[in-house]
Amino acid sequence: MAETTGRVLGAEKYFQPEIEKMGRAELEALQLERLQKTVANCYENIPFYKQLLDEAELNPADIETLDDLQKLPFTLKQDMRATYPFDLFAIPVNDGRVQRLHASSGTTGNATVVGYTQNDIDVWGDTFARAIAQVGGDEHSILQVAYGYGLFTGGLGAHEGGIRMRATILPMSSGNTKRQVQMMKDFGVDILACTPSYALLIADTAIELGYDPANDFKISGAILGAEPCSEGMRREIEEKLGVKVVDIYGLSEVMGPGVSCECRYQSGLHVAEDHFIIEILDPDTLEPVPEGEYGEVVFTTLSKECSPLIRYRTRDISRILPGTCECGRTLRRMDRIQGRTDDMLIIRGVNVFPSQFQEVLANFDEVTSYYQIILSNKGPLDYVTLKVETVPEFDFDEIRKIEDLQKRINSELKSNLQVSVDVNVVEPKSIERSEGKARRVIDERGK
Amino acid sequence: MIDQITVFLENNKGRLAALCRTLGDAGISMRALTVADTAQYGVARIIADTPAKAYETLNEKGFRASLTKVFAVQVPDHAGGLATLLDAFDNANINVEYAYCFVTQGDKAVDVLRIDNHEEAERIIAAAGFISLKPQELYA
Repeated sequence: MAETTGRVLGAEKYFQPEIEKMGRAELEALQLERLQKTVANCYENIPFYKQLLDEAELNPADIETLDDLQKLPFTLKQDMRATYPFDLFAIPVNDGRVQRLHASSGTTGNATVVGYTQNDIDVWGDTFARAIAQVGGDEHSILQVAYGYGLFTGGLGAHEGGIRMRATILPMSSGNTKRQVQMMKDFGVDILACTPSYALLIADTAIELGYDPANDFKISGAILGAEPCSEGMRREIEEKLGVKVVDIYGLSEVMGPGVSCECRYQSGLHVAEDHFIIEILDPDTLEPVPEGEYGEVVFTTLSKECSPLIRYRTRDISRILPGTCECGRTLRRMDRIQGRTDDMLIIRGVNVFPSQFQEVLANFDEVTSYYQIILSNKGPLDYVTLKVETVPEFDFDEIRKIEDLQKRINSELKSNLQVSVDVNVVEPKSIERSEGKARRVIDERGK
Repeated sequence: MIDQITVFLENNKGRLAALCRTLGDAGISMRALTVADTAQYGVARIIADTPAKAYETLNEKGFRASLTKVFAVQVPDHAGGLATLLDAFDNANINVEYAYCFVTQGDKAVDVLRIDNHEEAERIIAAAGFISLKPQELYA
């Protein structure tokens, strides 16, 4: 059994036990029925999909078993950009049924736009409500939502979860961190939902204000997502806030946070398989990998009415964890995201994910969780600078201790990542703190 | 022994000036300042007559400051004065982490030494005939 961290919670809670503990055969029958409906919806209502299926000489009636999914073509991020804004909608936007639009930031091209009917929003809320139960919450809980509200799916996704759970929602959005701390304390907040880096900033701010949130605050759980969180960072948040942290996963293209989420056993994220089919494929051959092996995560939506997706390639790298979970849920678990095929840094020809830097740094008590990777050129070669801050207890009066620390971090990185890094110790708080997604990598190569 | 203020500084333009300005604005007068520098950062070591206030002021203003116990040894201001003291440490196999000196009003030279074995160092300083200054003696 994997050792779990953080606060010990009471009896296991479920939001929709009839689904969360459904037998495999029953679940697969439900998946097949919904897959057939989804493919028909795509074919009849979205010209993009009709054309794709026609080109592949496929017809919705060809989907007779779940294995037939593998005959279907893929949907790529660029397909969503090319159909900007509404050409992947199965329902016209002014039809009266499309209740809401969300969009990705679109910093690298057109934004990707997703529409939701009321049923789509309810399904989304149900999946996030399961996450609330998974971290020990129920309708008596106060949920502080410190994800940004807006086009980003974090804030409103968590909010819908609170509505479906009938929990009490504190819709803080991100920012104004001192106020977040004050209300967390004064209102007796039970559960915090935000990004891991923001949770850490809230914890550090509370401590700076003179509180000991682990003992003084009521909070017992945190549902954190939208960016990677190392085990070291998870433990730090759990210790500082006195909470159990569960990792939640989701992409705006597929729905938003709630596509999968850890339970309190923290050994993989239970996928909402009643609403999504997960596949793990070799990103080169696009063939399924054997169970337990890493590959690209591909999702097909099963319940979405407005923006259904067939075999959407997420670019996220994960795997399916074999075996059953102690929590009693039968929904299969995916591992925490190991990186993205996009985010992967190629440094002197070596594939490296930023999360790997984080994992290495987590083993050094001398440095804080804040770090930044700067990539530049030195002649024809890539040059990597890693900025770290030392913890207040670190004795920097002896320069050789700083130099020794730099050397040890460098050699750990070299042996773990096969990359030589110039470790740069910087002044406290000089690495940007985030109120949303942290900017961990600055790539100045070729500029 | 006395308290030395140590400040970690990035090698950025104006950082040392900002440090000195912060102390100046708080009315803290420095007796000695030395900067050990590397390519990326520097470590400033400061003797001031109100070290606790300096420490608090700097940390409040976002500097990374710490207090370190160091020896302030009064040394006769003539050739070979310090060598005699260091020989005594050497003979006792005591490692001196770093040292620097300054001259106070009058003709007294003060050597600042960081030595981790406090008791043993105190004994050797006295045995060699030197005076390890207490804060009230140094700032008087």
